[in-house]
Amino acid sequence: MNIVVLVKQVPDTEAERTLNPEDNTVDRGAVDPVINYIDEFAIEEGLRLKEAHGGEVTILTVGPERATESIRKALSMGADKAVHVSDEALHGSDAIQTAKVIAKALGTIEWDVAVAGSEATDSRMAIVPALVAEALGVAQLTLARKVTVDASTVTIERVTDTGYESVQGSTPAVISVVEKINDPRYPSFKGIMAAKSKPVTVLALSDLGIDPGEAGLANAWTQVVSFENAPPRAAGQTVKDEGNGGVQIADYLASKKLI
Amino acid sequence: MAEVLVLVDSAEGTVKKSTFELLTAARALGEPSAVVIGAPGTAAALKDQLAEYGAAKVYVVESDDIAGYSVAPAAEALAAVVEQAAPSAVLVSSSPEGKEVAARLAFKIGSGVLTDAVAVDADGATQSIFGGGVTVQAKVSTGVPVITVRPNSFAPEASAGAADEVAVSVTLSDAAKAAKITDRVVEEKGSRPQLSDASVVVSGGRGIGKADNFSIIEDLADTLGAAVGASRAVVDAGWVGHQLQVGQTGVTVSPQLYIAVGISGAIQHRAGMQTSKTIVAINKDAEAPIFELADYGVVGDLFTVAPQLAEEIKKRKG
Repeated sequence: MNIVVLVKQVPDTEAERTLNPEDNTVDRGAVDPVINYIDEFAIEEGLRLKEAHGGEVTILTVGPERATESIRKALSMGADKAVHVSDEALHGSDAIQTAKVIAKALGTIEWDVAVAGSEATDSRMAIVPALVAEALGVAQLTLARKVTVDASTVTIERVTDTGYESVQGSTPAVISVVEKINDPRYPSFKGIMAAKSKPVTVLALSDLGIDPGEAGLANAWTQVVSFENAPPRAAGQTVKDEGNGGVQIADYLASKKLI
Repeated sequence: MAEVLVLVDSAEGTVKKSTFELLTAARALGEPSAVVIGAPGTAAALKDQLAEYGAAKVYVVESDDIAGYSVAPAAEALAAVVEQAAPSAVLVSSSPEGKEVAARLAFKIGSGVLTDAVAVDADGATQSIFGGGVTVQAKVSTGVPVITVRPNSFAPEASAGAADEVAVSVTLSDAAKAAKITDRVVEEKGSRPQLSDASVVVSGGRGIGKADNFSIIEDLADTLGAAVGASRAVVDAGWVGHQLQVGQTGVTVSPQLYIAVGISGAIQHRAGMQTSKTIVAINKDAEAPIFELADYGVVGDLFTVAPQLAEEIKKRKG
C-alpha cells in the first residue's frame, strides 16, 4: 500500500505570530518555521501503515522553498521520498486553492491513502483534507483517532463530541488524523543522515498544469481585508486566598451577574 | 430581502443553541431560512423551535443515505438547497463537521469559505486568529459567502418566523457515498453541556494532581451547569479523555465564563480560551501566566478554594 502524507510548514506556535502588513498574509519571516505539530502524528501513522502493509511513504508539501526543512524532518522520521510543490505564484493561496494544488500533485504520485493532520496550527481551518477528498471525489475519512486497513478497505474511528463514529471507505481515500492517535517517533541519527540523500521532487505550478492565474493571493476566493494585533488582555484583579477565596469568587461572579 | 441560509445542527430532536445564534446573526444580513439535512423525520421535531428564532422558511432534505454516510452527503444536499434558494450567504456552525460541510459546499458552488467567524457582515466576517492574538477582517470575493461561525459569538434572540416548509429532494452521487458510517458510539455520557458551545466552562489543569481529584472540577462545573474542560497536561496524563482538551490543538472555547482551576496558562492552553468573555483563575502560584488574562484570580489552594466556591454557589442558588 502506497501512502502519501500531507505535511505543512507553519510558524512556531510558541512564538508571537502575526500577519504581514504588506499583503495581510501569514508573516512567515518573523517566526521560525516548524513542521505542523499534528502532521507528525500523520507521518507516524503513515509509517505504521507501511510497516504493516508494505509500500512506500511519500511526503507531499505545498509551500515556499524554506519548507524543505520540514520535508527533511519528515524524511528523517522514515518516509521514503517527497514531492514539494513550490512556486512563487502560490503565495497567499487560500484553503480551496491549496486543496486543488494538492489534488493535482497527488496525480503525480501512486498512492492508496493520503494521510494529513486534522488541522494546521496557523490557519486552524481544518478543512483541507475534506477539500482534497471533494476535489478528487474519493472517500473522506477524517478526524481519525484510529485507522485500520484491510486490503482496500479503510476503517477509521472518527472523533465526535460524544465519542466516535466508525467510518469506512475504499482506497484511494483521504485520511486526517487527530493528535494522540499515536506516539510519533523521533528521528534517529541514522534517519537524519539517510534523509539527506532521499529524493525530493520539486514541482512548479506549470508541472501540474495549473494556470498561475488561478493561484495565489490575487486569485483567491477569500481575502483578508485588514487585521489588527489584538491588545493583550488586561489583567484583572488577583487576590490571595485568606480562607474565603471561594466566597470572593462567588461575590465577583454575582457582581457580573454570572450567577 | 435576500435570503440567508442557516444549516441546522441538532441532537435528538433538539436544535442546538449554536443554530439559534446563527439565525440571530442571519437576521442582520437578510431573511433567515433554516436548512435541515438528515434522516427522514428529523425536521418535524425541529420546525417549531426554528420558527421561534425567526426562520422564514425551513428547507428540508431528508433521506436514509444522508444519515448513513459521513460529511459529503450533507454538503451535496446543502448545495442543492443553495441552487434552489439562491441565498446571499450561507452560515454554518464552526463545529469540526460543520467546517468540513461548509468547505465542501463552497468548493461545489465555486464560493470562498471563511471559518471560525466571531462576527459576520454582508460579504465577510471578523475572525480571531493565532489564539486571539490577531483580529482579522476577511471577505469572500467570489461566489455566495459560505461562513462558519464560532459558537457563543452571538446572543440568541427569539423572533417569530413563519418556518414555511420547503421540501428539497436530492439524489446523492456515488462520490457522496464513499465514506459509510457503520457505527456510532457514545462514550462521554452524562448531562453536562458540550464543551465547544457551552456558556460556562470549568477546566482543570495539572494542579489537580491526579485523576481521582478531577471530581473537584466536575462538582464545580455541575453547580454552574457548565461544561468540563482540561489542559493538555491533564489529557496527556490520561486523567480525562482527549475530547476535553482546551487549547491550541484541542477545542477552542469562547464562553461567557471560563474558570481555570490549577492551570498555569501555557501559551498552548491560552490559545484555546483567551477569547472567553470573563476568565476566573484559581492557582497556587502567583506567578502563573493565567493570572495575566484572568479578570479575577485567586492565589490559593484549589483543593479548598474550588469546593468553597461550589458550596457558595449552591447556597446562593438556594
